[in-house]
Amino acid sequence: MLRFLVTRVSLVIPTFIGVTLLTFALIRLIPGDPIELLVGERGIDPERHAELRAEMGLDQPLLHQYGIYIWDVLQGDLGRSVVTRQPVLHEFFELFPATLELSLCAMIFALSIGLTAGVIAAVRRNSVFDHTVMGVSLTGYSMPIFWWAILLILLFSVNLGWTPVSGRIDVIYWFDQPTGFMLIDSLLSGQEGAFTSAVRHLILPAIVLGTIPLAVIARMTRSSMLEVLGEDYIRTARAKGLRPQRVVGLHALRNALIPVVTVIGLQVGVLLTGAILTETIFAWPGVGKWLIEAIHRRDYPTLQGGILLIATAVILVNLTVDLLYGIINPRIRHAR
Amino acid sequence: MPLLEIRNLSVEFPTPRGSFRAVDGVDMDVEQGELVGVVGESGSGKSLTLLSIMGLIPFPGRVTADRLSFGGRDLRGISAAQRRRITGKDAAMIFQEPMTSLNPCFTVGFQISEALRVHLGGTREQNRRRAVELLERVGIPAPESRLRAFPHQLSGGMNQRVMIAMAISCNPKLLLADEPSTALDVTIQAQILDLLVELQRDHGMALILVTHDMGVVAETAERVVVMYAGQVAEQREVDRLFATPRHPYTAGLLDSLPERSTERSRLPTLPGIVPGAFDRPSGCLFHPRCKYAQNRCVVEEPELRGDPYRGQGGSLRCHFPIDWEGTGR
Repeated sequence: MLRFLVTRVSLVIPTFIGVTLLTFALIRLIPGDPIELLVGERGIDPERHAELRAEMGLDQPLLHQYGIYIWDVLQGDLGRSVVTRQPVLHEFFELFPATLELSLCAMIFALSIGLTAGVIAAVRRNSVFDHTVMGVSLTGYSMPIFWWAILLILLFSVNLGWTPVSGRIDVIYWFDQPTGFMLIDSLLSGQEGAFTSAVRHLILPAIVLGTIPLAVIARMTRSSMLEVLGEDYIRTARAKGLRPQRVVGLHALRNALIPVVTVIGLQVGVLLTGAILTETIFAWPGVGKWLIEAIHRRDYPTLQGGILLIATAVILVNLTVDLLYGIINPRIRHAR
Repeated sequence: MPLLEIRNLSVEFPTPRGSFRAVDGVDMDVEQGELVGVVGESGSGKSLTLLSIMGLIPFPGRVTADRLSFGGRDLRGISAAQRRRITGKDAAMIFQEPMTSLNPCFTVGFQISEALRVHLGGTREQNRRRAVELLERVGIPAPESRLRAFPHQLSGGMNQRVMIAMAISCNPKLLLADEPSTALDVTIQAQILDLLVELQRDHGMALILVTHDMGVVAETAERVVVMYAGQVAEQREVDRLFATPRHPYTAGLLDSLPERSTERSRLPTLPGIVPGAFDRPSGCLFHPRCKYAQNRCVVEEPELRGDPYRGQGGSLRCHFPIDWEGTGR
């Protein structure tokens, strides 16, 4: 186990180098620099511009800049935002709970429906239910997120008026946020209607964000279940006189989950990238929206730091999934 | 009254070209504590017959029978829940592939205790102790520590012992063994068969042993059912069957045993294969491979009827059974 952990963690190092190098280089390929965008249309005196660039260290050779950046990162310093002058790390952790809450809810939505639908579709293969689930999930998987979001907003917010269009909670509510999770904080605040408002704000973005993972999980669960249901040990379980629910829900699902868990881990990456689009559409104050703004403003430190932190989150999740894999699959755990 | 009584049992599977009878009009009686061998080539419907007794025919297979009773109880038309109270408790089954028949995600102890808990209830501790007893009973060394083992940590022979322990956990009246030793090493095969026979005698349970090994049948069974293409070809006491097989198919199977053809230099074989779903012959299903076949065999399907030839209670499905009078046997 320890050796597995060491090998697995050491693989993280090249990933980090790749992530930092890519973001560092890509953001600098976009024309313009933070100063030009800060001053806006008024323009700036070239001398003053050069002065400010030197102040930010942007006049140094790129490799040198990268070296300084990496050195700072290794010391835990992600720099300060060019725009707000706040430490990037601080801003990130201000906003991350919002993204995390949205992603978690999207994942719960995707898992609960995806797993159930996949299992039922597999048990009743070739039934109307099966074909419907597979058809709908293929559609969901192919749907551009932004278009899907707009459709839902049109239907539920504009026509039916059931859900709000944007934000995390109605502006009439104001309370401290000890956890950063609106669902929990609104409950803690004790203000009447705050929780309901938070839920209503969360539903559409969570559905939009969870759609692709839902489709992938449903299809994966179905095919994995189909394979497992044909196994000899399922026949054994039936021969023991177990109830079908137990045969499917315990004996089959436990085995079918092994490949599904890997897919779920990969979907977390999809969720965080999807969050960028979803947050922008629903004006959700999370890191996704923050990153988009950072791109518009050429806020190099924010963008580099933000992407590095998100990459860290994805890597951590995948690491957890790999470890989890060993727990749910005894054959891996004991493999030497 | 026999423990298990089957009359005209059929298992049908729908195919694009009409339904296919994989098991076709099987009659079988098994007495309390009796050891019945079922033999036949691959595809002769042996396994499906057992599975239909257990109620485990996979969808979209359809089971029909004029009579299907177990322990005096009609198994036809009882609810799935009532059926499950019998399956795994009074009638248990072990399978051919021990390595894949146990769930790889659960420990051996869990899988044995599960059967106990479902049928007999009992506390966790009681079931654990019973599981240790069972593992000891089937000859697994250090049973206490084996409870925590996963199937992939045990050998094929050990896994089959675990399967047997699981099957006998609720003291079944009938144990169905579907080629329990086929997938194992030769040395282990004998051990597993010995264990099964021993358990059958000690517990007085009936055992249906499906195999395609005539040698195994000769050593263990009291009565033999020979199956061909989903039908019972012949059925009688083991000594009678081996001495004077009446069905040409039985005779062919016996002739192809190496130990029975010592004087010949070449082993006789049965030409051809068992007909499948789409090449069912007319008349007697065996006629294309039968050296005694006549016109009647092509046209008219023989019925399974009683054939008390030199003994009691045999039955046969053949127009022209072999008559051993005057052959010196």
